[in-house]
Amino acid sequence: MSTTSATHANDTDRAFPPIGWLSTIALGCVIIGGILLASYAPRVAPQGIATALLVAGVLALASAWVLLLRLRDFAWGTFGKVFKWALLAYAVTSGMIELAFVRDHTRGSSLVIVSLMLVVFALSVPTTIAFTTARFAEPS
Amino acid sequence: MSSEVVTAPGAHGVAPLDRPKIQVVPVKGLPIVAVAVAFVAASVIGNWKWALIFCHVVGGGLWTAIDLFVGLVIGPILGRLSIPTRAEFTARFMPKMVIIMPTVVMMTLATGFQVARKLGNLATTSPNHPWLVVSFCVVGVMAVIALGILEPANIAVIFEMNKPVPNGERIGRLMKRFIYTAGITGVMQIATLIIMTRVASR
Repeated sequence: MSTTSATHANDTDRAFPPIGWLSTIALGCVIIGGILLASYAPRVAPQGIATALLVAGVLALASAWVLLLRLRDFAWGTFGKVFKWALLAYAVTSGMIELAFVRDHTRGSSLVIVSLMLVVFALSVPTTIAFTTARFAEPS
Repeated sequence: MSSEVVTAPGAHGVAPLDRPKIQVVPVKGLPIVAVAVAFVAASVIGNWKWALIFCHVVGGGLWTAIDLFVGLVIGPILGRLSIPTRAEFTARFMPKMVIIMPTVVMMTLATGFQVARKLGNLATTSPNHPWLVVSFCVVGVMAVIALGILEPANIAVIFEMNKPVPNGERIGRLMKRFIYTAGITGVMQIATLIIMTRVASR
């Protein structure tokens, strides 16, 4: 059976660094942090644990992006297209959750931690979605 | 070339080339999403009790029902279909999920916290407080599964199907991931139903 080069390239799955897992770990960290903060509300949650979870989330997401930017022969066009749309969707979701926290008088360091967690949330989900899609696409 | 040859399954089990291109984000649905976002924003800013409860109940009800139906009814049926049939169903089904699920999740989460606070359920003295913390945990686990595994698999399937010759084995693998995770979130939604009906009846 004859195959074109495109179909041949689509036959096998390349091995990639654990970018999707790292961005999902980042998501998990900020979700646990969010649960912690929300379960203490309206009192102030232990800031140390929440900050540690936020830092862990930022580090996991940053590691995912470092590994991502070092990739050769990657479908950056597909990644960019999916990332933009997903970022729009999750930025809106994060914005609405932030609005609810602000409206409910969350202030000071708690609000800063919540806001940064929502930024990690809004970036990690599009990273996972766009990477999972682009890893199977033809490299740019 | 006869149409039979053109529409026969390709090298990987999915018909090549003659399929219409799948629109990943159904643009026609975006105005409805915009209305939902505006309504949720107005409810939160206005602290309007009826609207907050409306958004939370409608969003949460749809989220729970869709998760249960997809995970426990559609998923097992989809798993038993042939790859070409599964691909055709997926091509029509997945883009709709791309637009529906983030909207109902946003409606539920953005208003839920405020509803809990308004009804006094967030206070540690409230008998509902432990139930709410458990519900946060259930939603947290579901969010990681849905956003980290299920949604990426959903989008990847649509992009794979838009290729001139999709890899049927890869679509099958991604769909299996979608079906299993939808089943898990479906079962977890039963826990949400128990918690929310308990909270509402106290």
